[in-house]
Amino acid sequence: MATIELNCVSKTYTGDVRAVREATLAFRDGEFIVLVGPSGCGKSTLLRMIAGLEAISGGTVAIGGRVVNELPPKDRDVAMVFQNYALYPHMTVEKNMAFGLLRRRKHGGISGLLFHRAERRAELAAIDRKVLDTARTLGIEPLLARLPRALSGGQRQRVALGRALVREPQVFLFDEPLSNLDARLRIEMRAEIRELHRRTKASMVYVTHDQEEAMTLADRMVVMKFGVVQQFGTPGECYARPANRFVAGFVGTPVMNFIEGRVDGGAFVAADMRVTLPAARWPRMPAGPATLGVRPDQLRVLYRADAGASSTAADGASVAATVRSIERLGDRMDVAVMIGGTRMTARIENDDRLVEGGSVLVHIGLGAAHLFASGEDGARLGDAHDAG
Amino acid sequence: MRSRTEKTLIYALLIAGTVTFLFPLWWMVAVSLKTPEAAQAATVRGGIASLVPTDPQWHNYPDALMQMGSVRWTGFLDALANSVVVTILATAGTALSSSLVGMAFARMRFRGSRPMFLVMLGTMMLPAQVTMIPLFILFRNLGWIDTFLPLVVPAFFGNAFFIFMYRQFIAQIPEALLEAARLDGQGWFGIWWRVILPLTRPVTAITAVFTFIFTWNDFLAPLIYLQSDDQATLSVALNSFRNQYGGITKVNLLMAASLTTMVPCILLFLAAQKQFIEGLGKGAVKG
Ligand SMILES: Nc1ncnc2c1ncn2[C@@H]1O[C@H](COP(=O)(O)OP(=O)(O)O)[C@@H](O)[C@H]1O
Ligand SMILES: [Mg+2]
Repeated sequence: MATIELNCVSKTYTGDVRAVREATLAFRDGEFIVLVGPSGCGKSTLLRMIAGLEAISGGTVAIGGRVVNELPPKDRDVAMVFQNYALYPHMTVEKNMAFGLLRRRKHGGISGLLFHRAERRAELAAIDRKVLDTARTLGIEPLLARLPRALSGGQRQRVALGRALVREPQVFLFDEPLSNLDARLRIEMRAEIRELHRRTKASMVYVTHDQEEAMTLADRMVVMKFGVVQQFGTPGECYARPANRFVAGFVGTPVMNFIEGRVDGGAFVAADMRVTLPAARWPRMPAGPATLGVRPDQLRVLYRADAGASSTAADGASVAATVRSIERLGDRMDVAVMIGGTRMTARIENDDRLVEGGSVLVHIGLGAAHLFASGEDGARLGDAHDAG
Repeated sequence: MRSRTEKTLIYALLIAGTVTFLFPLWWMVAVSLKTPEAAQAATVRGGIASLVPTDPQWHNYPDALMQMGSVRWTGFLDALANSVVVTILATAGTALSSSLVGMAFARMRFRGSRPMFLVMLGTMMLPAQVTMIPLFILFRNLGWIDTFLPLVVPAFFGNAFFIFMYRQFIAQIPEALLEAARLDGQGWFGIWWRVILPLTRPVTAITAVFTFIFTWNDFLAPLIYLQSDDQATLSVALNSFRNQYGGITKVNLLMAASLTTMVPCILLFLAAQKQFIEGLGKGAVKG
């Protein structure tokens, strides 16, 4: 267990690939941190710099208050679970799990064999016990004598988890450990990892490209893009108060709807609509080009007959639209609508009256909407949430 | 599916090849079991009769081995011991050093690794005859003549071909496996010994069998570097045995002795066969 402090950490690969740019982050002791972002954004690189598998080009990494830049991986007291399991193919599950411990014995060498036989035996027995205990908690005890090739993907991942656990390291590192599993197993293992964290209270850093995985696992998450940290906060913060348009679009499904336009005299104006922005939400009302972001569950699609009633609601505005497509999800449905030239997705209760191609009225709820500076990564423009 | 005639043809060719290759071996076996007179007749006149061992003389084998060298049994046993020592050291040295260097070329990033690899491959193009005299002078200056050192020490510096083979194989081992080992506390040596070597067993089998057979049968190097009789390896001793009795007077014993010296190679090949074929078959190592 330990804190992890990254101070201006950068990584430049040969060929001037800047994989990580000046990341400054502090992880608390026992925190479950998720590094998340699209493929190639530098999550793995950052994780591998913490592990010591990749040299640090700039800045410092400290584990438990000690700068580890120059320490080799084995002296950092970290364990890692890899995407492809990375089990030693020639060792049984038991040997795989014991391997790291055997290396760390006090009486492992020749002198143990010659002069400290009893201590050596005791150490080996302790290792056996630890491996067995860990295997039990993970439910892989019956597999201990098998070789990795005789295991299913899920079992391999469990063994890889066990191999890390048994070492009781200060920090656990995970690099997309679930991406090779099928969807159901992935969700099952996710819960198990979460449970493991609850039980061990160990510091964990977990890499994934899957925002849903990040949201469900993280105490706090680091959202990255092109090697730059975009936001560091709890899943709730990243969802409700995204730092910029990129985070807003990355976190949450279906993806947030964005409408390009401008703020003009307290109203948001786009090509085909004009909505009044509640001043209570934006006390310091911006002006000029901006992007309005609204999550799909903040949109209501109204069948024309019902339209009259809600068009004047105070917390939003209604605009005319056409239904482009409908995806049924069981109890709810995703409706893609065209508001002029802008495509937006609404997640609503089932409404059998809606048909593809029909005209509707879309009510845009502004209670949880955001304004971003225009541009792809435009920062969120201050609203009431930030006042306090 | 291949057609029936195609199959028949393939088998016929394979059988013809096998017979051709086995013929000399069978001839050796047949002659080694004959009386001296019958053996001479078979050598001179040939004919079908020479291939049929009537009245097998099994005692030819102990007789032959006993008569090698000037003192009963000693000549053979000395040569056997010399061959075993030289061959085992050379084989172990080649496998260990080649895999170590192969790992370095496959996995370590260091300045000049590529040119060094090319130079190493280049040494494969040098015929042994070119280096023979310089090497002899080198070893003489080191004072190594008439010791095993010239036969054994070079093996510990790797063999270009086997290094290449190891490198190709090791390059296919997933990087994450080595990283896991590093996190588990292994240095380069530990990774080599505990991860790379066990995973490259097919390559090691090939390296070991080829080096063993080559060293065991090598005649030229022991002849050049070993001068005293009691240092001779089996191949050299066998040659002296032939000279000792001149021509074909004891060709039956010569064949018996020759066949005996082949036994270890055949046994080793059979033992390593499984590893061997696996290695040629799969190559990649899956986690
Ligand atoms: N060994 C390497 N050499 C050069 N570039 C690399 C290397 N490893 C990763 N990169 C580059 O660094 C960037 C970040 O990679 P990575 O950290 O693996 O991304 P992620 O894990 O977020 O998908 C990518 O552009 C990738 O191509
Ligand atoms: Mg990655």
